[in-house]
Amino acid sequence: MSGDPIYTEMIIEYSRNPSNFGKIDNAHIHQHDANPLCGDTIDLYLNIDDNKISEVKFDGHGCAICMACCSVLTEMIKGKTLDDVKKFDKDELLSELGLEHLVKTSPVRIKCALLSLKSLKFGIYSYFVDKMKDSESAGNLNEEAANLY
Amino acid sequence: MQSTADAFEDLRKDFPVLNRRVRDDKKLVYFDNAATTQKPNQVIDAISDYYQNHNSNIHRAVHALAEESTEAFENTRDIVAKFLNVEDSREIIFVRGTTEGINLVAYAWGRDNVKEGDIIVTTEYEHHSNIVPWQLLTQEKKAQLKYIDIDDNGELMLDQLDDYLSTGKVKLVTFSHMSNVLGTISPVEEIVSKCKNAGVKVLIDAAQSVPHMKVNLNEIGCDFFVFSGHKMLGPTGVGVLWAKKEVLEKMSPFLGGGDMIREVHKYETTWNDLPYKFEAGTPNIADVIGFAKAIEYLEKIGMDNIRNHELELTKYALEEMKKIPGLTLYGTKEPEKRGGVISFNFNSVHPHDVGTIIDKDGVAIRSGHHCAQVLMEKLNVAATNRASFYIYNTKEEIDVLITALQNVAKVFKL
Ligand SMILES: Cc1ncc(COP(=O)(O)O)c(C=O)c1O
Repeated sequence: MSGDPIYTEMIIEYSRNPSNFGKIDNAHIHQHDANPLCGDTIDLYLNIDDNKISEVKFDGHGCAICMACCSVLTEMIKGKTLDDVKKFDKDELLSELGLEHLVKTSPVRIKCALLSLKSLKFGIYSYFVDKMKDSESAGNLNEEAANLY
Repeated sequence: MQSTADAFEDLRKDFPVLNRRVRDDKKLVYFDNAATTQKPNQVIDAISDYYQNHNSNIHRAVHALAEESTEAFENTRDIVAKFLNVEDSREIIFVRGTTEGINLVAYAWGRDNVKEGDIIVTTEYEHHSNIVPWQLLTQEKKAQLKYIDIDDNGELMLDQLDDYLSTGKVKLVTFSHMSNVLGTISPVEEIVSKCKNAGVKVLIDAAQSVPHMKVNLNEIGCDFFVFSGHKMLGPTGVGVLWAKKEVLEKMSPFLGGGDMIREVHKYETTWNDLPYKFEAGTPNIADVIGFAKAIEYLEKIGMDNIRNHELELTKYALEEMKKIPGLTLYGTKEPEKRGGVISFNFNSVHPHDVGTIIDKDGVAIRSGHHCAQVLMEKLNVAATNRASFYIYNTKEEIDVLITALQNVAKVFKL
Protein backbone atom coordinates (compact mmCIF):
# COMPACT_ATOMS: atom_id res chain seq x y z
CA MET A 1 0.00 0.00 0.00
CA SER A 2 2.90 2.40 -0.44
CA GLY A 3 2.12 5.50 -2.41
CA ASP A 4 -1.43 5.68 -1.05
CA PRO A 5 -2.75 9.09 -2.16
CA ILE A 6 -4.64 9.67 1.08
CA TYR A 7 -2.99 7.70 3.83
CA THR A 8 0.51 9.13 3.57
CA GLU A 9 3.08 8.81 6.34
CA MET A 10 2.28 12.37 7.35
CA ILE A 11 -1.46 11.80 7.69
CA ILE A 12 -1.02 8.61 9.65
CA GLU A 13 1.52 10.26 11.91
CA TYR A 14 -0.74 13.25 12.62
CA SER A 15 -3.71 11.02 13.25
CA ARG A 16 -1.76 9.09 15.85
CA ASN A 17 -0.14 12.13 17.40
CA PRO A 18 -2.25 15.16 16.65
CA SER A 19 -0.68 18.59 17.24
CA ASN A 20 -2.27 21.13 19.54
CA PHE A 21 -4.71 18.54 20.81
CA GLY A 22 -6.54 19.63 23.94
CA LYS A 23 -8.75 22.28 25.33
CA ILE A 24 -8.33 25.93 26.35
CA ASP A 25 -10.51 26.92 29.31
CA ASN A 26 -12.40 30.16 28.76
CA ALA A 27 -10.95 30.56 25.27
CA HIS A 28 -11.76 33.78 23.45
CA ILE A 29 -13.09 31.72 20.61
CA HIS A 30 -14.67 28.32 21.09
CA GLN A 31 -16.24 26.84 18.01
CA HIS A 32 -17.99 23.47 18.02
CA ASP A 33 -18.85 21.79 14.75
CA ALA A 34 -19.99 18.40 13.55
CA ASN A 35 -20.13 16.53 10.31
CA PRO A 36 -23.69 15.21 10.15
CA LEU A 37 -22.67 12.53 7.66
CA CYS A 38 -20.37 10.64 9.96
CA GLY A 39 -21.02 12.10 13.39
CA ASP A 40 -17.51 13.50 13.70
CA THR A 41 -17.23 16.43 16.07
CA ILE A 42 -14.51 18.95 16.71
CA ASP A 43 -14.06 21.79 19.14
CA LEU A 44 -11.66 24.54 18.15
CA TYR A 45 -10.27 26.90 20.81
CA LEU A 46 -8.42 30.14 20.08
CA ASN A 47 -7.02 32.94 22.21
CA ILE A 48 -6.47 36.30 20.58
CA ASP A 49 -3.91 38.82 21.82
CA ASP A 50 -3.05 41.97 20.00
CA ASN A 51 -5.10 40.84 17.00
CA LYS A 52 -2.94 37.73 16.76
CA ILE A 53 -3.68 34.11 17.47
CA SER A 54 -1.66 33.59 20.59
CA GLU A 55 -2.90 30.15 21.47
CA VAL A 56 -4.83 27.47 19.60
CA LYS A 57 -6.01 23.97 20.43
CA PHE A 58 -8.62 21.51 19.22
CA ASP A 59 -10.19 18.33 20.43
CA GLY A 60 -12.86 15.94 19.23
CA HIS A 61 -13.44 12.69 17.39
CA GLY A 62 -12.64 12.35 13.76
CA CYS A 63 -11.01 10.25 11.10
CA ALA A 64 -7.33 10.45 10.21
CA ILE A 65 -7.98 13.08 7.55
CA CYS A 66 -9.96 15.26 9.92
CA MET A 67 -7.37 14.93 12.69
CA ALA A 68 -4.45 15.64 10.36
CA CYS A 69 -6.14 18.71 8.90
CA CYS A 70 -7.00 20.08 12.36
CA SER A 71 -3.38 19.53 13.39
CA VAL A 72 -1.90 21.25 10.36
CA LEU A 73 -4.40 24.08 10.42
CA THR A 74 -3.67 24.87 14.05
CA GLU A 75 0.07 24.75 13.37
CA MET A 76 -0.29 27.07 10.39
CA ILE A 77 -2.36 29.76 12.08
CA LYS A 78 -0.55 30.01 15.41
CA GLY A 79 1.01 33.47 15.76
CA LYS A 80 -0.70 34.77 12.63
CA THR A 81 -2.77 37.96 12.61
CA LEU A 82 -6.52 37.67 12.27
CA ASP A 83 -6.29 39.45 8.93
CA ASP A 84 -3.94 36.77 7.62
CA VAL A 85 -6.12 34.02 8.96
CA LYS A 86 -9.23 35.49 7.39
CA LYS A 87 -7.61 35.12 3.98
CA PHE A 88 -6.48 31.58 4.61
CA ASP A 89 -8.12 29.31 2.04
CA LYS A 90 -8.68 25.62 1.53
CA ASP A 91 -5.98 25.17 -1.09
CA GLU A 92 -3.32 26.26 1.37
CA LEU A 93 -4.52 23.73 3.91
CA LEU A 94 -5.01 20.84 1.49
CA SER A 95 -1.69 21.32 -0.28
CA GLU A 96 0.15 21.26 3.03
CA LEU A 97 -1.00 17.65 3.38
CA GLY A 98 -0.94 16.75 -0.29
CA LEU A 99 -4.70 16.34 -0.30
CA GLU A 100 -5.64 18.73 -3.14
CA HIS A 101 -6.84 15.74 -5.15
CA LEU A 102 -9.69 15.12 -2.67
CA VAL A 103 -11.61 18.06 -4.13
CA LYS A 104 -12.06 16.03 -7.29
CA THR A 105 -11.76 12.44 -6.13
CA SER A 106 -13.80 12.34 -2.97
CA PRO A 107 -16.69 14.70 -2.41
CA VAL A 108 -17.38 12.80 0.82
CA ARG A 109 -13.93 12.84 2.36
CA ILE A 110 -13.31 16.49 1.46
CA LYS A 111 -15.83 17.30 4.19
CA CYS A 112 -13.63 15.53 6.72
CA ALA A 113 -10.66 17.58 5.59
CA LEU A 114 -12.37 20.96 5.67
CA LEU A 115 -14.36 20.68 8.89
CA SER A 116 -11.40 22.33 10.62
CA LEU A 117 -11.31 25.33 8.30
CA LYS A 118 -15.06 25.71 8.39
CA SER A 119 -14.97 25.91 12.19
CA LEU A 120 -12.12 28.40 12.07
CA LYS A 121 -13.98 30.73 9.72
CA PHE A 122 -17.22 30.50 11.71
CA GLY A 123 -15.31 30.97 14.95
CA ILE A 124 -13.60 34.14 13.81
CA TYR A 125 -16.81 35.46 12.34
CA SER A 126 -18.67 35.11 15.62
CA TYR A 127 -15.70 36.55 17.51
CA PHE A 128 -15.94 39.74 15.47
CA VAL A 129 -19.71 39.92 15.40
CA ASP A 130 -20.64 38.78 18.90
CA LYS A 131 -17.63 39.71 21.01
CA MET A 132 -16.16 42.73 19.22
CA LYS A 133 -19.42 44.03 17.73
CA ASP A 134 -17.44 44.62 14.57
CA SER A 135 -19.36 43.13 11.67
CA GLU A 136 -17.25 45.06 9.20
CA SER A 137 -14.15 43.07 10.08
CA ALA A 138 -16.20 39.88 10.13
CA GLY A 139 -17.04 40.47 6.48
CA ASN A 140 -18.67 37.50 4.85
CA LEU A 141 -16.59 34.84 6.63
CA ASN A 142 -19.79 33.10 7.65
CA GLU A 143 -20.83 32.71 4.03
CA GLU A 144 -17.36 31.56 3.08
CA ALA A 145 -17.57 28.95 5.81
CA ALA A 146 -21.00 27.80 4.75
CA ASN A 147 -19.93 27.46 1.12
CA LEU A 148 -16.61 25.78 1.76
CA TYR A 149 -17.89 22.41 0.54
CA MET B 1 -34.58 -24.12 -4.75
CA GLN B 2 -32.01 -25.85 -2.56
CA SER B 3 -30.50 -23.88 0.24
CA THR B 4 -26.97 -24.67 -0.77
CA ALA B 5 -24.24 -22.11 -1.17
CA ASP B 6 -24.08 -22.99 -4.87
CA ALA B 7 -27.72 -22.22 -5.42
CA PHE B 8 -27.25 -18.85 -3.80
CA GLU B 9 -24.12 -18.16 -5.80
CA ASP B 10 -26.16 -18.89 -8.90
CA LEU B 11 -28.44 -15.94 -8.10
CA ARG B 12 -25.59 -13.53 -8.71
CA LYS B 13 -26.13 -13.67 -12.46
CA ASP B 14 -29.46 -11.90 -11.97
CA PHE B 15 -27.76 -8.84 -10.49
CA PRO B 16 -25.93 -6.90 -13.18
CA VAL B 17 -24.19 -4.54 -10.77
CA LEU B 18 -22.42 -7.45 -9.09
CA ASN B 19 -20.36 -7.89 -12.26
CA ARG B 20 -18.99 -4.43 -11.90
CA ARG B 21 -15.38 -3.59 -11.28
CA VAL B 22 -14.65 -0.69 -8.94
CA ARG B 23 -11.63 1.44 -8.10
CA ASP B 24 -8.51 -0.21 -9.53
CA ASP B 25 -10.39 -2.89 -11.40
CA LYS B 26 -11.37 -4.70 -8.20
CA LYS B 27 -14.32 -7.06 -8.03
CA LEU B 28 -17.15 -5.39 -6.16
CA VAL B 29 -17.90 -6.93 -2.76
CA TYR B 30 -21.17 -5.35 -1.72
CA PHE B 31 -21.68 -5.50 2.05
CA ASP B 32 -23.89 -2.45 2.52
CA ASN B 33 -27.17 -4.29 2.24
CA ALA B 34 -28.66 -2.88 5.43
CA ALA B 35 -28.57 0.51 3.72
CA THR B 36 -30.04 -0.73 0.46
CA THR B 37 -29.82 -3.93 -1.54
CA GLN B 38 -28.96 -4.41 -5.20
CA LYS B 39 -31.73 -5.09 -7.73
CA PRO B 40 -32.17 -8.14 -9.93
CA ASN B 41 -32.95 -7.89 -13.65
CA GLN B 42 -36.49 -9.04 -12.93
CA VAL B 43 -37.15 -5.81 -11.02
CA ILE B 44 -35.22 -3.54 -13.37
CA ASP B 45 -36.98 -5.01 -16.41
CA ALA B 46 -40.43 -4.69 -14.87
CA ILE B 47 -39.88 -0.98 -14.30
CA SER B 48 -38.64 -0.35 -17.81
CA ASP B 49 -41.42 -2.50 -19.27
CA TYR B 50 -43.92 -0.39 -17.40
CA TYR B 51 -42.58 2.85 -18.84
CA GLN B 52 -42.13 1.41 -22.32
CA ASN B 53 -45.47 -0.31 -22.66
CA HIS B 54 -48.03 0.77 -20.08
CA ASN B 55 -47.27 4.11 -18.48
CA SER B 56 -50.44 5.83 -17.33
CA ASN B 57 -51.93 7.39 -14.25
CA ILE B 58 -54.07 5.00 -12.27
CA HIS B 59 -57.51 4.69 -10.65
CA ARG B 60 -59.29 7.29 -12.77
CA ALA B 61 -59.18 7.10 -16.56
CA VAL B 62 -60.96 4.29 -18.38
CA HIS B 63 -58.58 3.84 -21.29
CA ALA B 64 -56.57 0.67 -21.86
CA LEU B 65 -53.26 1.87 -20.46
CA ALA B 66 -54.90 3.19 -17.29
CA GLU B 67 -56.62 -0.12 -16.72
CA GLU B 68 -53.43 -2.11 -17.21
CA SER B 69 -51.45 0.17 -14.93
CA THR B 70 -54.13 0.15 -12.24
CA GLU B 71 -54.30 -3.60 -12.34
CA ALA B 72 -50.54 -4.06 -12.05
CA PHE B 73 -50.40 -1.55 -9.20
CA GLU B 74 -53.26 -3.16 -7.28
CA ASN B 75 -51.89 -6.60 -7.98
CA THR B 76 -48.78 -5.62 -6.01
CA ARG B 77 -50.96 -4.83 -3.04
CA ASP B 78 -52.31 -8.37 -3.14
CA ILE B 79 -48.80 -9.79 -3.48
CA VAL B 80 -47.62 -7.84 -0.44
CA ALA B 81 -50.66 -8.94 1.55
CA LYS B 82 -50.05 -12.58 0.74
CA PHE B 83 -46.34 -12.28 1.47
CA LEU B 84 -47.12 -11.05 4.99
CA ASN B 85 -50.13 -13.32 5.48
CA VAL B 86 -52.54 -10.41 5.65
CA GLU B 87 -56.07 -11.40 4.69
CA ASP B 88 -57.43 -8.02 3.64
CA SER B 89 -55.16 -6.24 1.17
CA ARG B 90 -56.94 -2.95 1.88
CA GLU B 91 -54.79 -2.87 5.00
CA ILE B 92 -51.67 -2.47 2.86
CA ILE B 93 -50.86 1.23 2.41
CA PHE B 94 -48.12 2.20 -0.04
CA VAL B 95 -45.79 4.88 1.25
CA ARG B 96 -42.34 6.12 0.26
CA GLY B 97 -40.53 3.99 2.80
CA THR B 98 -40.21 3.18 6.48
CA THR B 99 -39.58 6.80 7.37
CA GLU B 100 -42.78 7.99 5.75
CA GLY B 101 -44.75 5.12 7.24
CA ILE B 102 -43.69 5.97 10.79
CA ASN B 103 -44.32 9.66 10.23
CA LEU B 104 -47.77 8.82 8.91
CA VAL B 105 -48.62 6.98 12.12
CA ALA B 106 -47.11 9.69 14.33
CA TYR B 107 -49.09 12.35 12.53
CA ALA B 108 -52.39 10.71 11.70
CA TRP B 109 -52.76 8.41 14.70
CA GLY B 110 -50.51 10.18 17.17
CA ARG B 111 -52.09 13.60 16.98
CA ASP B 112 -55.54 12.25 17.73
CA ASN B 113 -54.57 9.77 20.41
CA VAL B 114 -51.62 11.15 22.37
CA LYS B 115 -52.21 13.90 24.89
CA GLU B 116 -50.38 15.75 27.62
CA GLY B 117 -48.64 13.43 30.09
CA ASP B 118 -48.97 10.33 27.91
CA ILE B 119 -45.92 8.16 27.25
CA ILE B 120 -44.50 6.83 24.00
CA VAL B 121 -41.90 4.10 24.46
CA THR B 122 -39.11 3.50 21.98
CA THR B 123 -35.69 1.83 22.36
CA GLU B 124 -32.04 2.78 22.41
CA TYR B 125 -31.32 0.91 19.20
CA GLU B 126 -33.74 2.73 16.94
CA HIS B 127 -33.00 4.33 13.62
CA HIS B 128 -33.54 8.11 13.70
CA SER B 129 -36.76 7.54 11.77
CA ASN B 130 -38.23 5.80 14.82
CA ILE B 131 -37.08 8.51 17.23
CA VAL B 132 -37.45 11.92 15.62
CA PRO B 133 -41.16 11.63 14.63
CA TRP B 134 -41.93 10.72 18.25
CA GLN B 135 -39.86 13.61 19.57
CA LEU B 136 -41.87 15.94 17.34
CA LEU B 137 -45.15 14.44 18.52
CA THR B 138 -44.36 14.31 22.23
CA GLN B 139 -42.98 17.86 22.18
CA GLU B 140 -46.09 19.13 20.47
CA LYS B 141 -48.40 17.29 22.87
CA LYS B 142 -46.31 17.77 26.03
CA ALA B 143 -46.18 14.00 26.24
CA GLN B 144 -43.09 12.00 27.25
CA LEU B 145 -40.71 9.88 25.22
CA LYS B 146 -39.10 6.97 27.10
CA TYR B 147 -36.44 4.51 26.07
CA ILE B 148 -35.96 0.80 26.69
CA ASP B 149 -32.19 0.58 27.25
CA ILE B 150 -29.98 -2.17 25.92
CA ASP B 151 -27.70 -4.39 27.99
CA ASP B 152 -24.04 -5.22 27.32
CA ASN B 153 -25.13 -7.95 24.95
CA GLY B 154 -27.03 -5.45 22.81
CA GLU B 155 -30.42 -6.81 23.89
CA LEU B 156 -33.44 -4.88 25.16
CA MET B 157 -33.92 -4.68 28.95
CA LEU B 158 -37.58 -5.61 29.00
CA ASP B 159 -38.11 -5.07 32.73
CA GLN B 160 -38.00 -1.37 31.89
CA LEU B 161 -40.96 -1.91 29.58
CA ASP B 162 -42.87 -3.40 32.53
CA ASP B 163 -42.10 -0.32 34.59
CA TYR B 164 -43.34 2.01 31.87
CA LEU B 165 -46.47 -0.03 31.25
CA SER B 166 -47.31 -0.09 34.94
CA THR B 167 -47.73 3.71 34.93
CA GLY B 168 -50.87 3.25 32.82
CA LYS B 169 -49.82 6.23 30.70
CA VAL B 170 -48.22 4.45 27.76
CA LYS B 171 -50.05 4.96 24.46
CA LEU B 172 -47.63 3.31 22.06
CA VAL B 173 -44.56 1.09 22.14
CA THR B 174 -42.48 1.37 18.98
CA PHE B 175 -39.37 -0.68 18.22
CA SER B 176 -37.35 -2.16 15.41
CA HIS B 177 -37.81 -5.84 14.70
CA MET B 178 -34.09 -6.02 14.01
CA SER B 179 -31.48 -3.40 14.87
CA ASN B 180 -29.81 -1.95 11.80
CA VAL B 181 -26.53 -1.58 13.74
CA LEU B 182 -26.26 -4.50 16.15
CA GLY B 183 -28.36 -6.93 14.16
CA THR B 184 -30.19 -7.87 17.37
CA ILE B 185 -33.55 -9.47 16.69
CA SER B 186 -36.08 -8.07 19.14
CA PRO B 187 -38.23 -10.42 21.25
CA VAL B 188 -41.37 -9.47 19.36
CA GLU B 189 -43.75 -11.98 20.92
CA GLU B 190 -42.86 -10.98 24.43
CA ILE B 191 -43.12 -7.26 23.77
CA VAL B 192 -46.41 -7.57 21.92
CA SER B 193 -47.96 -9.77 24.58
CA LYS B 194 -46.94 -7.39 27.38
CA CYS B 195 -48.42 -4.48 25.43
CA LYS B 196 -51.62 -6.31 24.58
CA ASN B 197 -52.13 -7.17 28.25
CA ALA B 198 -51.79 -3.50 29.03
CA GLY B 199 -54.04 -2.44 26.13
CA VAL B 200 -51.19 -0.50 24.52
CA LYS B 201 -50.62 -0.13 20.78
CA VAL B 202 -47.46 -1.49 19.17
CA LEU B 203 -45.58 -0.30 16.09
CA ILE B 204 -42.88 -2.50 14.55
CA ASP B 205 -40.19 -0.97 12.35
CA ALA B 206 -39.55 -3.97 10.14
CA ALA B 207 -37.11 -2.29 7.74
CA GLN B 208 -34.40 -4.81 8.67
CA SER B 209 -36.53 -7.89 9.29
CA VAL B 210 -38.98 -8.34 6.42
CA PRO B 211 -36.13 -8.54 3.86
CA HIS B 212 -34.39 -11.34 5.75
CA MET B 213 -36.88 -13.60 7.49
CA LYS B 214 -40.39 -14.96 7.29
CA VAL B 215 -42.95 -12.66 8.85
CA ASN B 216 -46.53 -13.63 9.57
CA LEU B 217 -48.59 -10.58 10.44
CA ASN B 218 -51.54 -12.73 11.33
CA GLU B 219 -49.54 -14.13 14.23
CA ILE B 220 -47.48 -11.17 15.41
CA GLY B 221 -50.44 -9.21 16.69
CA CYS B 222 -48.93 -5.72 16.46
CA ASP B 223 -50.99 -2.69 15.44
CA PHE B 224 -48.69 -0.97 12.96
CA PHE B 225 -45.98 -2.52 10.81
CA VAL B 226 -43.68 -0.61 8.47
CA PHE B 227 -40.90 -1.46 6.02
CA SER B 228 -39.06 -0.31 2.87
CA GLY B 229 -38.95 -2.06 -0.51
CA HIS B 230 -35.44 -0.94 -1.40
CA LYS B 231 -33.88 -3.05 1.36
CA MET B 232 -35.40 -6.20 -0.17
CA LEU B 233 -34.39 -6.07 -3.85
CA GLY B 234 -37.09 -3.55 -4.70
CA PRO B 235 -36.76 -0.03 -6.05
CA THR B 236 -36.31 3.04 -3.86
CA GLY B 237 -39.36 5.11 -3.08
CA VAL B 238 -41.71 2.26 -2.18
CA GLY B 239 -42.57 1.22 1.33
CA VAL B 240 -45.48 -0.34 3.13
CA LEU B 241 -47.50 0.57 6.17
CA TRP B 242 -49.77 -2.13 7.45
CA ALA B 243 -52.34 -1.58 10.18
CA LYS B 244 -55.59 -3.24 11.12
CA LYS B 245 -58.58 -2.01 9.19
CA GLU B 246 -60.40 -0.89 12.35
CA VAL B 247 -57.43 1.25 13.34
CA LEU B 248 -56.97 2.74 9.88
CA GLU B 249 -60.65 3.53 9.57
CA LYS B 250 -60.65 5.54 12.77
CA MET B 251 -57.48 7.43 11.88
CA SER B 252 -57.47 10.93 10.40
CA PRO B 253 -55.85 11.23 6.98
CA PHE B 254 -52.16 12.11 6.56
CA LEU B 255 -51.78 14.02 3.29
CA GLY B 256 -54.77 15.69 1.68
CA GLY B 257 -55.30 15.82 -2.07
CA GLY B 258 -56.37 13.70 -5.00
CA ASP B 259 -57.27 10.03 -4.65
CA MET B 260 -57.81 10.19 -0.90
CA ILE B 261 -61.21 11.83 -1.19
CA ARG B 262 -64.73 10.63 -1.76
CA GLU B 263 -66.37 14.02 -2.32
CA VAL B 264 -64.89 17.47 -2.09
CA HIS B 265 -67.02 20.53 -1.49
CA LYS B 266 -65.93 24.07 -0.92
CA TYR B 267 -65.49 23.70 2.82
CA GLU B 268 -65.63 20.04 3.57
CA THR B 269 -64.52 16.71 2.21
CA THR B 270 -65.33 13.09 2.88
CA TRP B 271 -62.58 10.48 2.79
CA ASN B 272 -62.13 7.69 0.34
CA ASP B 273 -62.15 4.08 1.47
CA LEU B 274 -59.05 2.22 2.57
CA PRO B 275 -56.33 2.10 1.43
CA TYR B 276 -56.80 5.19 -0.75
CA LYS B 277 -57.59 7.44 2.18
CA PHE B 278 -53.87 7.30 2.97
CA GLU B 279 -52.54 7.41 -0.58
CA ALA B 280 -53.01 11.02 -1.66
CA GLY B 281 -51.67 12.09 -5.02
CA THR B 282 -50.19 10.09 -7.88
CA PRO B 283 -48.27 7.27 -6.25
CA ASN B 284 -44.93 5.79 -7.29
CA ILE B 285 -46.63 3.51 -9.82
CA ALA B 286 -43.61 2.15 -11.69
CA ASP B 287 -41.67 1.30 -8.57
CA VAL B 288 -44.63 -0.31 -6.83
CA ILE B 289 -44.99 -2.56 -9.88
CA GLY B 290 -41.25 -3.31 -9.74
CA PHE B 291 -41.57 -4.13 -6.06
CA ALA B 292 -43.96 -6.98 -6.88
CA LYS B 293 -41.14 -8.66 -8.80
CA ALA B 294 -38.80 -8.30 -5.82
CA ILE B 295 -41.25 -10.10 -3.56
CA GLU B 296 -41.81 -12.82 -6.13
CA TYR B 297 -38.05 -13.25 -6.40
CA LEU B 298 -37.64 -13.62 -2.63
CA GLU B 299 -40.56 -16.00 -2.34
CA LYS B 300 -39.09 -18.21 -5.00
CA ILE B 301 -35.94 -18.61 -2.94
CA GLY B 302 -37.93 -18.95 0.26
CA MET B 303 -37.58 -16.67 3.27
CA ASP B 304 -36.43 -19.51 5.53
CA ASN B 305 -33.66 -20.39 3.09
CA ILE B 306 -32.62 -16.75 3.01
CA ARG B 307 -32.47 -16.59 6.79
CA ASN B 308 -30.34 -19.75 6.89
CA HIS B 309 -27.99 -18.52 4.20
CA GLU B 310 -27.40 -15.26 6.07
CA LEU B 311 -26.97 -17.09 9.36
CA GLU B 312 -24.23 -19.20 7.77
CA LEU B 313 -22.48 -16.10 6.45
CA THR B 314 -22.82 -14.30 9.78
CA LYS B 315 -21.41 -17.22 11.75
CA TYR B 316 -18.49 -17.49 9.36
CA ALA B 317 -17.78 -13.75 9.39
CA LEU B 318 -17.97 -13.54 13.19
CA GLU B 319 -15.52 -16.45 13.52
CA GLU B 320 -13.05 -14.92 11.08
CA MET B 321 -13.34 -11.42 12.49
CA LYS B 322 -12.71 -12.64 16.03
CA LYS B 323 -9.27 -13.75 14.85
CA ILE B 324 -8.23 -10.20 13.92
CA PRO B 325 -6.36 -8.58 16.81
CA GLY B 326 -7.74 -5.23 17.91
CA LEU B 327 -11.15 -5.73 16.33
CA THR B 328 -14.14 -4.98 18.57
CA LEU B 329 -17.46 -6.61 17.66
CA TYR B 330 -20.72 -5.11 18.88
CA GLY B 331 -23.92 -6.95 19.69
CA THR B 332 -24.80 -10.39 20.88
CA LYS B 333 -22.29 -13.22 20.46
CA GLU B 334 -25.08 -15.67 19.65
CA PRO B 335 -25.58 -15.65 15.86
CA GLU B 336 -29.09 -17.09 16.18
CA LYS B 337 -30.20 -13.97 17.98
CA ARG B 338 -29.05 -11.65 15.22
CA GLY B 339 -29.48 -10.93 11.55
CA GLY B 340 -26.75 -10.58 8.95
CA VAL B 341 -25.46 -7.28 10.26
CA ILE B 342 -22.06 -6.94 11.91
CA SER B 343 -20.88 -3.68 13.46
CA PHE B 344 -17.28 -3.37 14.53
CA ASN B 345 -14.45 -1.04 15.30
CA PHE B 346 -10.83 -1.63 14.57
CA ASN B 347 -8.37 -0.42 17.18
CA SER B 348 -8.43 3.35 17.24
CA VAL B 349 -8.77 3.62 13.47
CA HIS B 350 -11.76 5.77 12.61
CA PRO B 351 -14.48 3.91 10.66
CA HIS B 352 -14.21 6.41 7.82
CA ASP B 353 -10.58 5.50 7.37
CA VAL B 354 -11.36 1.79 7.51
CA GLY B 355 -14.13 2.30 4.92
CA THR B 356 -11.89 4.28 2.58
CA ILE B 357 -8.99 1.83 2.80
CA ILE B 358 -11.03 -1.31 2.18
CA ASP B 359 -12.97 0.43 -0.59
CA LYS B 360 -9.73 0.31 -2.57
CA ASP B 361 -10.06 -3.45 -2.49
CA GLY B 362 -13.61 -3.12 -3.82
CA VAL B 363 -15.27 -3.82 -0.47
CA ALA B 364 -18.31 -1.65 0.20
CA ILE B 365 -19.26 -1.41 3.87
CA ARG B 366 -20.87 1.40 5.79
CA SER B 367 -18.95 3.65 8.14
CA GLY B 368 -20.68 6.16 10.34
CA HIS B 369 -23.45 6.43 12.89
CA HIS B 370 -25.99 4.52 10.75
CA CYS B 371 -28.72 7.02 11.65
CA ALA B 372 -28.57 5.66 15.19
CA GLN B 373 -26.82 8.33 17.21
CA VAL B 374 -28.70 7.44 20.39
CA LEU B 375 -27.17 3.97 20.14
CA MET B 376 -23.72 5.39 19.31
CA GLU B 377 -23.92 7.43 22.50
CA LYS B 378 -24.79 4.30 24.42
CA LEU B 379 -21.86 2.38 22.90
CA ASN B 380 -19.73 5.42 23.62
CA VAL B 381 -18.42 5.67 20.07
CA ALA B 382 -18.89 8.33 17.40
CA ALA B 383 -19.24 5.76 14.64
CA THR B 384 -18.81 2.11 13.72
CA ASN B 385 -18.07 0.05 10.64
CA ARG B 386 -20.93 -2.13 9.46
CA ALA B 387 -20.90 -5.08 7.10
CA SER B 388 -24.33 -6.41 6.18
CA PHE B 389 -25.15 -9.42 4.03
CA TYR B 390 -27.81 -10.51 1.59
CA ILE B 391 -28.75 -13.42 -0.61
CA TYR B 392 -26.01 -12.92 -3.21
CA ASN B 393 -23.09 -12.68 -0.78
CA THR B 394 -20.61 -15.52 -0.38
CA LYS B 395 -17.99 -16.79 2.05
CA GLU B 396 -15.30 -15.94 -0.50
CA GLU B 397 -16.41 -12.33 -0.28
CA ILE B 398 -16.05 -12.45 3.49
CA ASP B 399 -12.48 -13.65 2.93
CA VAL B 400 -11.87 -10.57 0.78
CA LEU B 401 -13.18 -8.40 3.62
CA ILE B 402 -10.88 -10.08 6.12
CA THR B 403 -7.83 -9.56 3.91
CA ALA B 404 -8.82 -5.96 3.32
CA LEU B 405 -9.08 -5.42 7.08
CA GLN B 406 -5.60 -6.84 7.55
CA ASN B 407 -4.47 -4.20 5.08
CA VAL B 408 -5.89 -1.48 7.29
CA ALA B 409 -3.65 -2.69 10.07
CA LYS B 410 -0.66 -2.38 7.74
CA VAL B 411 -1.53 1.14 6.61
CA PHE B 412 -1.97 2.29 10.20
CA LYS B 413 1.10 0.33 11.32
CA LEU B 414 -0.89 -1.45 14.02
C1 LIG C 1 -34.28 -0.07 11.22
C2 LIG C 1 -34.51 0.97 10.17
N1 LIG C 1 -35.56 1.77 10.27
C3 LIG C 1 -35.83 2.72 9.35
C4 LIG C 1 -35.02 2.91 8.27
C5 LIG C 1 -35.36 4.00 7.29
O1 LIG C 1 -35.75 3.47 6.08
P1 LIG C 1 -36.01 4.41 4.82
O2 LIG C 1 -34.79 5.28 4.68
O3 LIG C 1 -36.18 3.46 3.69
O4 LIG C 1 -37.22 5.22 5.10
C6 LIG C 1 -33.90 2.10 8.12
C7 LIG C 1 -33.01 2.28 6.95
O5 LIG C 1 -31.91 2.71 7.00
C8 LIG C 1 -33.64 1.11 9.09
O6 LIG C 1 -32.56 0.33 9.00
